[in-house]
Amino acid sequence: MGEKKKKIIKTIKIDADKCNGCRACEVICSAFHAQPKYSSNNPARSRIRIIRYPLKDIYVPVYAGEYTAAECMGRDKYVVDGKEYEECAFCRASCPSRDIFKEPDSGLPLKCDMCEGEDEPLCVKWCRVDALTYEEREEDVEDVEAPKELDIGLESLAKKYGAQEFMDAVARMSMKA
Amino acid sequence: MRYAETGFNLEVDLTRGNIERVETDPRDTELYLGGLGTNAKILWDRVPPEVEPFSPDNLLIFSAGLLCGTPATGCNRTIVSTISPQTQLMAFSMMGGFWAPELKYAGYDKVILRGKSPNLVYIWINNDKVEIRDASHLKGKGAVETAELIQQELKEPRAQVAAIGLAGENRVYFASIEQGRSSASRGGIGAVMGDKGVKAVAVRGTRDINVARPLEYLELCNEVLEYIKWRNEHPVPGVMAILTGLGSPQEMKVHDEKWHTENFMWGNSRVRRKDFWNEDIAREWAKTLDTMRTRLISCYNCPMTCGATISPPGLPTYMMKCFSKLTYTMAAFADLEFGLGIAQSATEYGVDGFSTPQVMAFALELYEKGILTDNDFPGMPADNEGRFYWLLDRIVRREGIGDVLANGTYWAAKQIGKGAEEYAHNTIKKHEQLPLKLSMLNPIYFLMYSTGEKINITQIEGQFPQAPFLTMEEKEAFVKDWFQVPDDKFKQIFLDWEPRGEKSMPFYPTPEMCCEIVDWQERMHYIDDALGMCAGLSSFPLKPPYHIHNYPKFISAGTGIDMDEEKLTQAVRRYRTLVRANNTRRGMRRKDEKPPADHWKKRFPELEEKLLDTYYQFKGWNKQGIPTKETLHELGLDYVYEDFEKRGVYSDNGGAPAQETSAEKDKEA
Repeated sequence: MGEKKKKIIKTIKIDADKCNGCRACEVICSAFHAQPKYSSNNPARSRIRIIRYPLKDIYVPVYAGEYTAAECMGRDKYVVDGKEYEECAFCRASCPSRDIFKEPDSGLPLKCDMCEGEDEPLCVKWCRVDALTYEEREEDVEDVEAPKELDIGLESLAKKYGAQEFMDAVARMSMKA
Repeated sequence: MRYAETGFNLEVDLTRGNIERVETDPRDTELYLGGLGTNAKILWDRVPPEVEPFSPDNLLIFSAGLLCGTPATGCNRTIVSTISPQTQLMAFSMMGGFWAPELKYAGYDKVILRGKSPNLVYIWINNDKVEIRDASHLKGKGAVETAELIQQELKEPRAQVAAIGLAGENRVYFASIEQGRSSASRGGIGAVMGDKGVKAVAVRGTRDINVARPLEYLELCNEVLEYIKWRNEHPVPGVMAILTGLGSPQEMKVHDEKWHTENFMWGNSRVRRKDFWNEDIAREWAKTLDTMRTRLISCYNCPMTCGATISPPGLPTYMMKCFSKLTYTMAAFADLEFGLGIAQSATEYGVDGFSTPQVMAFALELYEKGILTDNDFPGMPADNEGRFYWLLDRIVRREGIGDVLANGTYWAAKQIGKGAEEYAHNTIKKHEQLPLKLSMLNPIYFLMYSTGEKINITQIEGQFPQAPFLTMEEKEAFVKDWFQVPDDKFKQIFLDWEPRGEKSMPFYPTPEMCCEIVDWQERMHYIDDALGMCAGLSSFPLKPPYHIHNYPKFISAGTGIDMDEEKLTQAVRRYRTLVRANNTRRGMRRKDEKPPADHWKKRFPELEEKLLDTYYQFKGWNKQGIPTKETLHELGLDYVYEDFEKRGVYSDNGGAPAQETSAEKDKEA
């Protein structure tokens, strides 16, 4: 067993009730991630997006999460306090089912990196109505030694073909070498 | 590469259905900045005075400000310019919301509409793809409703839609263009949009906006954000509550309306109710607002939450702007519940929140006086609130008396006759004003009311306190961190300014000082209107985050154009003079430049003449308020002088009577 290790968990607390819908978070996010930094801005490139339907009082700041190559088998739709949110409103995935969290030109996926190198994510800094607040906490995690890449590959081959066949193949290859 | 701006305008010919993307001249940006500045230039070049507001040759220009779409906080204004059917002068109303940045991201600085569409259409701008689409199914729909329907049919909830309601379609002279939580309301520009057969302009953009010197620009933005935070925590003491902070007056937040309800006029800007506000009313109105107000909201990239979504019982939700909260209530001598309810209809119909309630109150006053009779109001309900709803419906449909009233109090009074003119008492340049009647002439405000070409006091005032402070301690405290002044002499004027005695109004500040104060205040508004900045963070409140000292830096770092205070001031003078030039050749003269006769009780005709003379001279205008040859030459506007000479403008002192309106002509034809 590995020993205990400290890990910093970074959290952005989203208080959707406080969101004023101004999209300053989208502005600064896209500016920070521009090349060179701050040289341009374009909310369509932002890694935070406000799902926003003012007349229904729906304001959901959502962060870009993992890329997924395939859509979910079904889609979800939430109704909270009588307000029906759009399909996948709370989902962070960059996914084929929708156009957010993708570079508008190339379609390449975008993912929030918590503004690496800054004291806090800039969306938080620019959110002056406190809908976004940043928290860090330490957690103890098991320090497990990461398996080597070759080991992972070999293990899966052994699983697939059976140990005997796998050993035979290794033997054949070593005789040729 | 162009920075901050896109360098392209969209030219839409509605008659032929032609759309072109036209590159603009970067030299024009140096000379006229953008927004209002370049709009004024386009109108000068392409809309001569022979072109009537409802002619196909009139242009309707939607322009993003120069810095819209950059990270500058609060920079989100769309400046809509055209020739107003009501004033027959250049109108340049603005709207906040989300439209202007979206247009920039789509790759355009302006949308210029010309001609007239034979059928009702809407325009859909989606980056490079621009379409003129049929809108016959949207005829008669509300402005807010239209925006929703368009977003649905385009399957693009992120499209920003500027739309007109029934009032615009029917060319009501105070029809607005509604968008997001905002509207461009003043001057009847919604009527021009309706006349052109355009129900809405929808836009969606996913392109970059670049800035020239990124790190420097962002540093400036961060300074502004920090200052806003500081300023929000440090309200200005010694002034009335609504003037202590930043943003539009925080009407959606406050419950205490003692000041407005007891100092502004009720009805047709007639009645002051000095003892109106009491605990019962305070409780009842607070309950109304708390029940109907769903959320405080902002325009694009701004933390100020000046607006709110309002859900009146049984009616659709809408987004309320600023002082419309009280204008309907006070015109009808009603309560807040009525005001917030009828504002829902008014927003969907798309009408201006200042003119509309006043026009209705004016009609009822004429009825009360017997100038209009039961014959003019067939089927009108007996109760006061019902009458306002009934009148609003008639006006936006131009039915019966509504057709007359839809031209505003000035033109309606002329048409009604029988002494009705006396009741259209609260206009400047034919345009309805704030319902405010005061006692002693204020020389600074006299000049602003008289010469402001936006014809709306809130769009020229700001920066300088409205009244002197009582004690020297208070004054000194105020000037201590007043770094926004262009020159320290303004501090001295303020320190010397007394409520009573030798250095008090109307003779102090002196006419010369008044000129400088007015010029500074106006300059800040004109800069905002070119850059697309909200007045609530700049020209309107005391001690704002944007001012004459940091604006040149924003323009330099944003656009890459070398700018300093002097060059900026000169550019503002240039396009401010062009606005006047547009109006001058449309016949505006000294006789038109005056506040409503009853605005102040105590008037000083001799001083007022002197104020106007001194100000005209200060501005480089002649006795008629026409920019002189020398002034025009100094500003590089020789082409204006040539046009003036050709038209004999300098020898025309404005004796000709006002023309009839083109809507009336159309009807006869």
